[in-house]
Amino acid sequence: MNNSIFLRLDWLSLLLYLSLAVFGIVNIYSATYVEGQTDLFNLQTPVGKQSLFFVLGLIGGGLILFLNIKIFDHLSTPFYFLMILLLVSLFFFGKTISGARSWFSVGGFGLQPSEFAKIGTALFLAKILSNFQTNLKTPKSLLQVSGILLTPMFLIVLQPDPGSALVYLAFFFVLLREGLNLGFLFVLLAAVGLFLGTLLLEIPVMVSIVVLLLVMVFLLLKKRRYKPKILPFVGIGTLAVAFVFSVNFIFNRVFEQRHRDRFNIILGKTVDTQGIGYNINQSKIAIGAGGFGGKGFLNGTQTKGNFVPAQHTDYIFSTIGEEWGFVGGVIVILLFAALIIRIVYQAEKQTNTFRRAYAYGVASVIFFHFFINTGMALGMVPTIGIPLPFISYGGSSLLAFSLMIFIYLNMDANRLNEW
Amino acid sequence: MNRKLLLPGFTVFVALLFAFRLGYLQISSNNYQSLSENNAVIERPVYPERGYIYDRNGTLLVANQPAFDLMAIPEQLKAFDTLALTQMLRITPEFLTKKLNDSRRYSVKLPSVVVAQIDPKTHGILQEKIWKYPGFYLQDKSQRAYHTQAAANILGYVSEVNTSDLKKDAYYQMGELIGRQGIEKYYEKYLRGTKGKVYYQKDKFNRIIGDYQDGQNNLEVTQANDIYLTLDIDLQAYGEQLFQNKRGGVVAIEPATGEVLALVTAPSFDPQLLVGRSRSENFRVLRNDTVAKPLFDRGLQAQYAPGSPFKTLNALIALQENTLSPETLFPCDGGHYYAKGAFMECHCSVGTRNNLLSAIYNSCNTYFSYTYRRIIEAYPTPQEGINQWKKHLNSFGLGNYLGYDLPIGQPGYIPDASLYDRVYGERGWKAPTIISNAIGQGEILTTPMQMANFTAAIANRGFYVKPHFMKSISGEPQLSEYEKKWTTVDSIHFETVIEGMHKVVEQGTARVARIKDIEVCGKTGTVENFILLDGQKTQLTDHSMFIAFAPKDNPKIALAVFVENGYWGARWAAPIASLMIEKYLNKTVKRSWLEQRMLNGSLEAEYQKPYSGVPFKINE
Repeated sequence: MNNSIFLRLDWLSLLLYLSLAVFGIVNIYSATYVEGQTDLFNLQTPVGKQSLFFVLGLIGGGLILFLNIKIFDHLSTPFYFLMILLLVSLFFFGKTISGARSWFSVGGFGLQPSEFAKIGTALFLAKILSNFQTNLKTPKSLLQVSGILLTPMFLIVLQPDPGSALVYLAFFFVLLREGLNLGFLFVLLAAVGLFLGTLLLEIPVMVSIVVLLLVMVFLLLKKRRYKPKILPFVGIGTLAVAFVFSVNFIFNRVFEQRHRDRFNIILGKTVDTQGIGYNINQSKIAIGAGGFGGKGFLNGTQTKGNFVPAQHTDYIFSTIGEEWGFVGGVIVILLFAALIIRIVYQAEKQTNTFRRAYAYGVASVIFFHFFINTGMALGMVPTIGIPLPFISYGGSSLLAFSLMIFIYLNMDANRLNEW
Repeated sequence: MNRKLLLPGFTVFVALLFAFRLGYLQISSNNYQSLSENNAVIERPVYPERGYIYDRNGTLLVANQPAFDLMAIPEQLKAFDTLALTQMLRITPEFLTKKLNDSRRYSVKLPSVVVAQIDPKTHGILQEKIWKYPGFYLQDKSQRAYHTQAAANILGYVSEVNTSDLKKDAYYQMGELIGRQGIEKYYEKYLRGTKGKVYYQKDKFNRIIGDYQDGQNNLEVTQANDIYLTLDIDLQAYGEQLFQNKRGGVVAIEPATGEVLALVTAPSFDPQLLVGRSRSENFRVLRNDTVAKPLFDRGLQAQYAPGSPFKTLNALIALQENTLSPETLFPCDGGHYYAKGAFMECHCSVGTRNNLLSAIYNSCNTYFSYTYRRIIEAYPTPQEGINQWKKHLNSFGLGNYLGYDLPIGQPGYIPDASLYDRVYGERGWKAPTIISNAIGQGEILTTPMQMANFTAAIANRGFYVKPHFMKSISGEPQLSEYEKKWTTVDSIHFETVIEGMHKVVEQGTARVARIKDIEVCGKTGTVENFILLDGQKTQLTDHSMFIAFAPKDNPKIALAVFVENGYWGARWAAPIASLMIEKYLNKTVKRSWLEQRMLNGSLEAEYQKPYSGVPFKINE
């Protein structure tokens, strides 16, 4: 293979990535714009910092493209444990910002190890999954991958930064792709459905629905001359009802009020525009005010007035919606969807499990961030503070996602290179 | 189930979901647009300076002066020397503490007024020291500045809008000023101009952070207009001076144009009293004086029986109706029996025979009783007669609002057949029943403004121009409004009456009003009046009344003067009228003896009588 890597590069993914990052900088500029501001690349301003990290990401990414493909395989294990070490050392050397001990202070910049730990986890998980001894049908392997995922999650929850910890659930998609029993997905979806149902409806109603559904499925199967056994249905029903009761108990007794509020506002059970609901409401106003074509760059009144808290970080989508309108919002959504699908599409071409699982990990993490963050800005998902990949202000996040993308690009370009 | 499609499937599903949600928020639901505007855009008014008011000669009467409010932004306050500040402002520390607590409750980030309308002197001291008090600042405001102490009743005043103003006119907002009375009220729209609007972008703390959309929605200010009045401020001030310690009023009109030269009401007040911090306190004092009634414009709002001056109108009507000629003679024997056993007194000596001319300058009651009977009896029924009489009087502007450009007034009253039919029954009355109308007593009511107006109509030989106070708006005369209104009496009939009025001054009842080298025409009046005192109808000393115009040919000024409880017409009203004519036509007054008598004369003792609680005599 003497061809230059540039001929084999996934230019489409690179282009999508660059578009999102540049558009992000544009919107951070607008979201933090102060009347009369002239210095574009002052490193004290968020735009300046974000631009710096963008450039750092491109430099680091360029270097990655010329690394030997085997290095990732070899370094994945030590890199993962290095990340775990960093997460642990945060408790000793970390800096506390807004209540969470998630940062290292490096020369005036804050670095967030939890962002980089995603890369380590994606690589290490791919490495383990590519091991011929790993079989997700066996409890041993299941225990192993659970350990890989739960260790960083646990450490991050302790910071406490539960939002960032939740991101590791994204790797569930990787596991499903690599042979995890689909029953897990079914149970997960059923659990989410029952959870939301319990919050929205009364317990007797939920129990009736569960029983009715099971009876219908049972009768349907019976009609098709399939001989279903009654016992599993009774078992499932009992579990479901128990789950409903426990959700009710946990929600009302174990959750704190602020957690309950986050769900109740999204589900429309409480109307609150001043307290906890303020963010969501202001974000919806900002996006709604954008209309079809948006108010234009630097013309968003909500954005200028700083009405949406954290509008350059977690709520950056509200600025996009207000200033670029429906058109801009849909374009961003399409860019993300295209990037995720493109990575999965390319991953499926890989014959090597390690590289495929890694690419899947990248796509899953991007998907999870995109789903939670945009959903939150649109008022459809409870407030969980995680950034919109490539776009939200945050050096660690941008750098980590950039490196993640460039590692994928390297692996993809060397798809036909056997080691 | 194909595992490969799982993540792409979720991605497509979520992307579609979000796109629909975006479409709902941004396209189909449009209440977010206005929500966002309420949220983020603030509207600030820009005020034009209120218009100035000048008199007919261009003398500045009303201008503006800066006033200052001491503002505080609670968030920015630091510990300060409370005592020094309260001493400078002459307020108590408790007041300051209360005000600061109030403003903190209102908002810690937005400014509130701590002390309003600080006078320029205190402001001067405060301005040098204000840097010691972070969080405090002085805000400019504008308030009226009066360059005259006269004419308060005409100029009116401004005050802050109240809730009913806000309901009536959407233009105004809380805290703005509105013309409340007088010219300020009537010409409010010209004097205020139209405020502009500036839109600002605000942030989540309601702080202004810049122009909204580069100011493209801003509304330009329309500058206010200056008003030039028809008033002669020297004459006005002179009139007010002559009326010191007396109650009553003067209305002076330029006959040919209907321009009001002076509108004196006494007692009045200094217009500057209704400006600034003590405005409401001063206003309360003025309003609560229900005896002297300084806020009551006697020239426009007081309705009196017109008395003898009214005889001139009855003469004109009789001439027009052809029931009288200048040569008609009527005998008078110190009065006459107008009905069986009903005698009307007259000061003519027994055996007098008056023609119209001598009847006017001798003010013969008998003569005008006969004249009035002839008017009424010229028609088959007294009903027709009196209604015809009323029609003539209406053409002189009596019995209804004149329509001048001030917001207050009274219509006066001219009785007609329906009143007497109601009181006496349709067949229960004839001319003698209502004979008091002949001499301006009876049921007739006129305002001094109406009297001055019919005097002007006589001076004009048959027409008047609606009296008015506005000469021009920013130098543009508004002529179209003011055209001649002809009376129903032909011009030829006026000469005899005018000659009679001239003789009143030359050799009749008002010789005191004679001015060297000026032919003055006038008519005195002595008006009986009553009040309710402890539920009893009590007669008080007569009102002194005089109407006049001068010069006789090509008249320049017509006026009506009345002095409450001044007894006979020539005692107070005629001298005051005469002095004002001299002042207006000659610019100086040579008869200082008469001037001194008027200036020094006081009727306060007369006004105290009904309230003294002891029996009193009238007409002494």
